[in-house]
Amino acid sequence: MHLLVCIKQVPDSGQIRVHPVTNTIMRQGVPTIINPYDLFALEAALELRDQFGGEVTVLTMGPPSAEDSLRKALTFGADRAVLLTDRFFAGADTLATTYALATAIRRISSEFGAPDIVFTGKQTIDGDTAQVGPGIAKRLGLFQLTYVGKISALDLHARTIDVERRSEGGVQLLRTRLPCLVTMLEATNQIRRGAMADALRAARATILKWSAQQAGVDDISQCGLRGSPTVVKRVFAPAARNEKATMIEPDEQPAEALINAIFRCRPALEIELAALARGY
Amino acid sequence: MTAETFDIIVVGAGMAGNAAALTLAKHGLKVLQLERGEYPGSKNVQGAILYADMLEALVANFRQDAPLERHLVEQRFWMMDDRSHTGLHYRSDDFNEERPNRYTIIRAQFDRWFSQKVREAGATVLCETTATELMQDANGKVVGVRTDRADGEIHAGAVVLAEGVNGLLGTRAGVRKRPTPDTVALAVKEMHFLPREVIEARFNLKGDEGLVIEAAGTISRGMTGMGFIYTNKECISLGIGCLVAHFTSTGETPYGLLDRFKRHPSVAPLIEGSEVKEYAAHLIPEGGFKAIPQLYGEGWVVVGDAAQLNNAMHREGSNLAMTSGRLAAEAIIQVKSRGAPMTATNLSIYKTMLDHSFVIRDLRKYKDMPALMHTYSRNFFLTYPELVSESMQNFLRVDGTPKAEKEKQSLNSFVKSRSWSGLLGDAVRLARAWR
Repeated sequence: MHLLVCIKQVPDSGQIRVHPVTNTIMRQGVPTIINPYDLFALEAALELRDQFGGEVTVLTMGPPSAEDSLRKALTFGADRAVLLTDRFFAGADTLATTYALATAIRRISSEFGAPDIVFTGKQTIDGDTAQVGPGIAKRLGLFQLTYVGKISALDLHARTIDVERRSEGGVQLLRTRLPCLVTMLEATNQIRRGAMADALRAARATILKWSAQQAGVDDISQCGLRGSPTVVKRVFAPAARNEKATMIEPDEQPAEALINAIFRCRPALEIELAALARGY
Repeated sequence: MTAETFDIIVVGAGMAGNAAALTLAKHGLKVLQLERGEYPGSKNVQGAILYADMLEALVANFRQDAPLERHLVEQRFWMMDDRSHTGLHYRSDDFNEERPNRYTIIRAQFDRWFSQKVREAGATVLCETTATELMQDANGKVVGVRTDRADGEIHAGAVVLAEGVNGLLGTRAGVRKRPTPDTVALAVKEMHFLPREVIEARFNLKGDEGLVIEAAGTISRGMTGMGFIYTNKECISLGIGCLVAHFTSTGETPYGLLDRFKRHPSVAPLIEGSEVKEYAAHLIPEGGFKAIPQLYGEGWVVVGDAAQLNNAMHREGSNLAMTSGRLAAEAIIQVKSRGAPMTATNLSIYKTMLDHSFVIRDLRKYKDMPALMHTYSRNFFLTYPELVSESMQNFLRVDGTPKAEKEKQSLNSFVKSRSWSGLLGDAVRLARAWR
């Protein structure tokens, strides 16, 4: 079985700072991590490989430094890593990203066999769109299972997969045919610590680095900034709120003190409530 | 167990470990280096000053691409009481040379660069991998390490212990003792970020010029310790460290000391308006020559902080670490090239080489200094700084008192505080220890 996991190297959002003057995100010096949602996808793929055999390929698109994330994925136990890196890919929105990734997956298919399941995280922590997974599925004509909390069964003879999909207000039990694309929810599993053999292999592994041309891109105008209809109009940090927390000393009538404090800040509210009370 | 074996396993990717791994790998040995941090440097804490000479011996052209902050053109020593400092400053344009001698660095960045050189030389570097135990054969010879990874036992011809000051691996295997509270200092530091031009204006610097302030006195509350302020490109590294045994006996807290140091009237204006982005703590070996453990054994050598190789008098450590790592590697290469086994007898040339180097010669020179400073810390770090401050102020304040009278007052305050025999005793002890 061939399992393919798309991962993304993202800035550690816990450590991002916004430049106070220009309002742009200061990426310099911010540590990068593998998008946390992608790790749930990777672990799901590794578990299936351990159970059913086969291999796991990880794929990412990014700057040359994204190699670190791929090497880490290999340390966790992935078998092969592919880095799409080319200045033509820079500035891609989700449309251009799915074009590049889908093209690369086709190339991977012809080189190493078509993936039975393509995995992604449910979304990234820097873009938060949750569009790339479904976009790849659409471009490759794969069935898509989004927001998957659990893969409950896989039948390689019947070529079917059963999953639990989280939806608003409940869980759907879904079955579809392979090949398919699965986007994994958080907290579905925990990424493993690779064994020593994996760590040694990862430290020395050669990571396949493909340019747009090597990945099989035939229409460069669909890549990167040129292929991205999304325009970032402005990036800004939300203004700091002026409200300050007030400490209410606990006395005999804390509820009254609280209400009075609220009315002090919002005199209109008191009038409104009083009017309402009169109405009843 | 991993079937693969290595010539040498280096435990730790700090200055000493990287120096050893680089030297070994450059000579074609099959090297595995283990680092518990997420990346080399992620757990390494230092002020930090880099000494170019010792790095040049390893990476001759390091200035081309190493992440360096500022080259040092000025050194200030401050003797402080609570409200003042008496300073000795040395600044020279000679330090603006083509190949400067000392730089400030940020270890998290520098060590990554250093590790890249180690990898390029051919060593296998595994991060997020903690060596948990030394594996020994029936005769006690070290034959490899156990790690915290599954199937994580790896065999090697010898192990270089570059695991830092705590040295848990060596301690656990019984090849060395745990460092005691009177041989280690606990230092805390903060990184204060300020715009480049603000730093340059406050410290009278231009371009990549840098400056170091080293401060001792009442800031350590009578404990053996020092404060420091180093200028980086866009931040100031500020910290203070004291002997662990003294923290225990006085009940002082490291963050309390740091807070006082920062609020000192001589320090506060230097960091005013800064944004603190990093807080770190680290143990520093301060036992000197007498605290150096056994340096080699059957199948192992120990280097850097793990071997207590730190010159507290001159605040030099990373250069001793790099040199000891390099010499240990050269010793191993010599043994290997003779086709000889990595026995204690054969590895003893490491100690011989180290003994002849500046590392041991400097530490031997100051062998009595730690005991003196630790025993008489209240004199050297509390009484004298206060007396010096008082005398300086008396000397500078123009108030109609005749100068002869002022000199007498100052002398009297020294004698009153320490007595003639005390003053003489301190002078003799200091001179002896310095010799």
